Amino acid sequence: MEGAAPRMLAWAERRLPALTRLRPREALPIVLHRRRIYIVPTAFGLGFALLLAVMLVGALNYANNAALMLTCLLGATTAGSMLVAFRVLNGLAIGTLRAGTARASERIPVSLDLSASQRERSAVRMDIADREFAVTVPAGGHATIEFELHAERRGWLPLPRMRIHTRWPLGLFRAWSWIHPDAAVLVYPMPEALGPSPFEPQGDADRGRPRAGDELASLRDYRPGDPRRHIAWKLSARHHGLLVKDMEQPAPKEDWRLDWDSVRGLDDESRIARLARWIDEARESGRRWSLRLPDAYFDVAQGDEHYHRCMTALALRP
Amino acid sequence: MTRFRLSLGTPVATEPRLAERPFNLLCLSMAFVLAMHATHLPWWFTATLGATLAWRWWHRSHGGRPVSMWIKLPIVGLLLAAVIATYGTLFGREPGSAFAAGLLVLKTLETEHRRDARVGVAFGGFALMSALLFNQSMIVTVIVALGLAPALATLRAIEEITPPRDAWRAELGPVLIMLAASIPLAAFAFFFIPRLESPLWGAPNPGKAVTGLSNTMSPGEMSELLVDDTPALRVSFDGPVPTGEDRYFRAYTMLHFDGRQWSQGFRGYPPSDGTTNGRQRFRYHVTMEPTQQRILPMLDMPSAAPVDATLQYDRTALANQRVQSTKTYDASASVDYQLDTGLNPALRRGALQLPAAVGPRARAMAEGWAVQYGHDAEAIARAALAMFRDGGFRYTLAPAPLGADRIDDFLFGTREGFCEYYASSFTFLMRAAGVPARVVTGYQGGYWNALGSYLLVRRADAHAWAEVWISGRGWVRFDPTGAVRPERVSLGAASAAAADWDTPFFSGRWIRSLQDHWDVVNQWWNQAVNGFDALRQRGMLQPFGIRRVDVGDLAVILAVGCSLLVAAALGWALFQRREGDALDTWMHRLQRKLAKAGVTRRTGEGPRHFMARAARSLPAHRNALERLSELYLRSRYAHDEPPPELVKQFQKGVREFRARGMVK
Repeated sequence: MEGAAPRMLAWAERRLPALTRLRPREALPIVLHRRRIYIVPTAFGLGFALLLAVMLVGALNYANNAALMLTCLLGATTAGSMLVAFRVLNGLAIGTLRAGTARASERIPVSLDLSASQRERSAVRMDIADREFAVTVPAGGHATIEFELHAERRGWLPLPRMRIHTRWPLGLFRAWSWIHPDAAVLVYPMPEALGPSPFEPQGDADRGRPRAGDELASLRDYRPGDPRRHIAWKLSARHHGLLVKDMEQPAPKEDWRLDWDSVRGLDDESRIARLARWIDEARESGRRWSLRLPDAYFDVAQGDEHYHRCMTALALRP
Repeated sequence: MTRFRLSLGTPVATEPRLAERPFNLLCLSMAFVLAMHATHLPWWFTATLGATLAWRWWHRSHGGRPVSMWIKLPIVGLLLAAVIATYGTLFGREPGSAFAAGLLVLKTLETEHRRDARVGVAFGGFALMSALLFNQSMIVTVIVALGLAPALATLRAIEEITPPRDAWRAELGPVLIMLAASIPLAAFAFFFIPRLESPLWGAPNPGKAVTGLSNTMSPGEMSELLVDDTPALRVSFDGPVPTGEDRYFRAYTMLHFDGRQWSQGFRGYPPSDGTTNGRQRFRYHVTMEPTQQRILPMLDMPSAAPVDATLQYDRTALANQRVQSTKTYDASASVDYQLDTGLNPALRRGALQLPAAVGPRARAMAEGWAVQYGHDAEAIARAALAMFRDGGFRYTLAPAPLGADRIDDFLFGTREGFCEYYASSFTFLMRAAGVPARVVTGYQGGYWNALGSYLLVRRADAHAWAEVWISGRGWVRFDPTGAVRPERVSLGAASAAAADWDTPFFSGRWIRSLQDHWDVVNQWWNQAVNGFDALRQRGMLQPFGIRRVDVGDLAVILAVGCSLLVAAALGWALFQRREGDALDTWMHRLQRKLAKAGVTRRTGEGPRHFMARAARSLPAHRNALERLSELYLRSRYAHDEPPPELVKQFQKGVREFRARGMVK
């Protein structure tokens, strides 16, 4: 019974798009237009309408014009609040999606900007992935909604259909619009938990390449010929002679040459998971690595850009 | 596949707790409602509820937990018991509103969530309206309408916004604007909502007696009335206005006296035969405040009954229905009249009735007069008036209490009192002397509001006098109070009583003028708003050539008019300023000017190229165009946002740019 209603709704949306107002995905930014904003009274609004009716009948029955006037005033304000609710959404722009990175089965942080050019929009709410977010969009500025999506699988995760709505100002009417952005966030593959280290690199063309060390190892007495910038001036001032910072030259780590074809005996997903673990390890240990995929090659490098490029390629493996 | 929820309800499973701001506003609205009802609730009831509300506010704002059911239930029971003990019932206007106000305050005890607050606000709106059942004067209506502001602000605060606003002004101000903006629609609906011809169910039954004239009179009873400044009648005259001595409005005549109290007695006498002399007639128009009684006070002496009223045997006018809302009637009166010149024998017996064993000394004195003046009714009456004038009688609104025999005790003992005392004892003396007489109550005097050109008669103008039947003249009015204190007749009850101490400040002209203005406003309110009934509503469209409208027509007008007003508001809601900044706007204007001069910007033509082309085509404006081009490029491309001063310069340049017609 639980799943019947969503199933029916899904069926209705497939069969009767005109009725359910299901829209195809749209590119961001989406500017809300009056033809896509709907308004219904809330449950409280219905109750309030009933109350107004009782007040009206009472005032008419007792021929009490002052009470009738009060009822009319309250009713007119109610009607006005509907328009105010509509104005909150009308012309609101939803754009600028930013997504963090996450691996499959993690939660991926996403932020979405709402902007309005003219007026302040109060108490704008968005229902995303079963949670409600409330923001106030300042006039001429933007407000950011930060939420998390659950990433089940690697690859592109399309944004879910979201509802943007408001009950401003009195909670009597709910104005809402569905938005279905044509945007997706990238989910990196889940690295395997345990597994062998990558094979040792073949060839040692890079080995022993001098590298600039920058870790302070020890202090020693000055010897002629030491570069002046290595002198520890502050410490020398409290000492009888000049002290020199002795910089360690860490031994360069071996580069990893990661190759799709070298992982044998595994299905594609496991290969991807293993490569992802290796890339993670290489990045954590400060190694340089290269990655060869059947249809791409990323030359030896390190750093965030290289990492994201490699992970993207893995994530998007068919 | 993303799953959609079918329902539109909030997706949050647990209803969030109410924040502090909306709760404070809710308490404020409740306090307002309570204050509106305070005038007719017992003081201890109001005080207890106010204290409960204050405690609850303090309790919750100091992090108090929800109040236990074991406290709430007995309190509700207590409220029920208190209302029933006070009023004897739970139904009706007074007990109902007391119970509603009590429940409203108790509702705050269990207000923890948004939903509770919403229910409280809705119920509060209803309770607020019920305050208008007691008093629908303009000032009360306006105050009650302002009471909507905290209630709506509560609803607004429930829709919490992030970040929350600090100032209270930020909560109440926009709500007041909302209320003000809805006045046109409200006014339209007010005028066109079809009124009911007759109530669907019983009209409110006032539990407490309305102060006003009653059909019985015992000396001392009116004292509450004589200090009540509430308007009773407003009378405007066509033509001459009666002077102070002619401003007697008759309401009841009383024939039967039981020693303590005068009452109307037998009412079935044949109608009086009256001739009214046409020498001085007053035509007038009365707006009467509701009294819940049928009697219509009429200026002495009416020649005919107003529409939907009948004249009684004693020439008092009885409306066909109780006066439950503001009533207006037209009448005319004649000062010279002869009423009942041939007195009906039964009526004569009734007008001579005296209770046995009351006032032996008064009887003896009256019988002495009868012998002395040879049963001449007029001479006896003058003797009685002379006794009141010269016998050491004093006019006061706070007389000493009377003993068992009210007549003798007053005439020979205390000798102080006001109109009731004098009218009562005078009539007694007349009857004892064998002259038919009756007591008349009504209003005397009134205040002439020069601003509105009408006579304002207050309840404080209630008066009692006597009518004596004199052979050949019929019933003649005698006012014994006037013998004691003539100012009562010329000035009014309160000023007659207060004549001893002069207060120039309160009788100052400015305060009089302020009162005049205020009463004109109230008069207008009564006629235009409270008196706007089904009849007036149907006549409303006559100026537009529609003779009679029925409910269906009104409904159509209401629907069409409200739709138009809502459509106008919708236009406002839909209005959106065109996107784009000031620089664009002025560039468009420049393009229009140049297009008129023959240089049209081509699609895909950049600003620099276009301006250069324009400068070539209009060599006379070369300098101006080059400067404008430079300004535009600098403001558009040299900064992230066009700097305002550059935009201003550009705007000035465009405004001054005048392209003269070109020979191509």
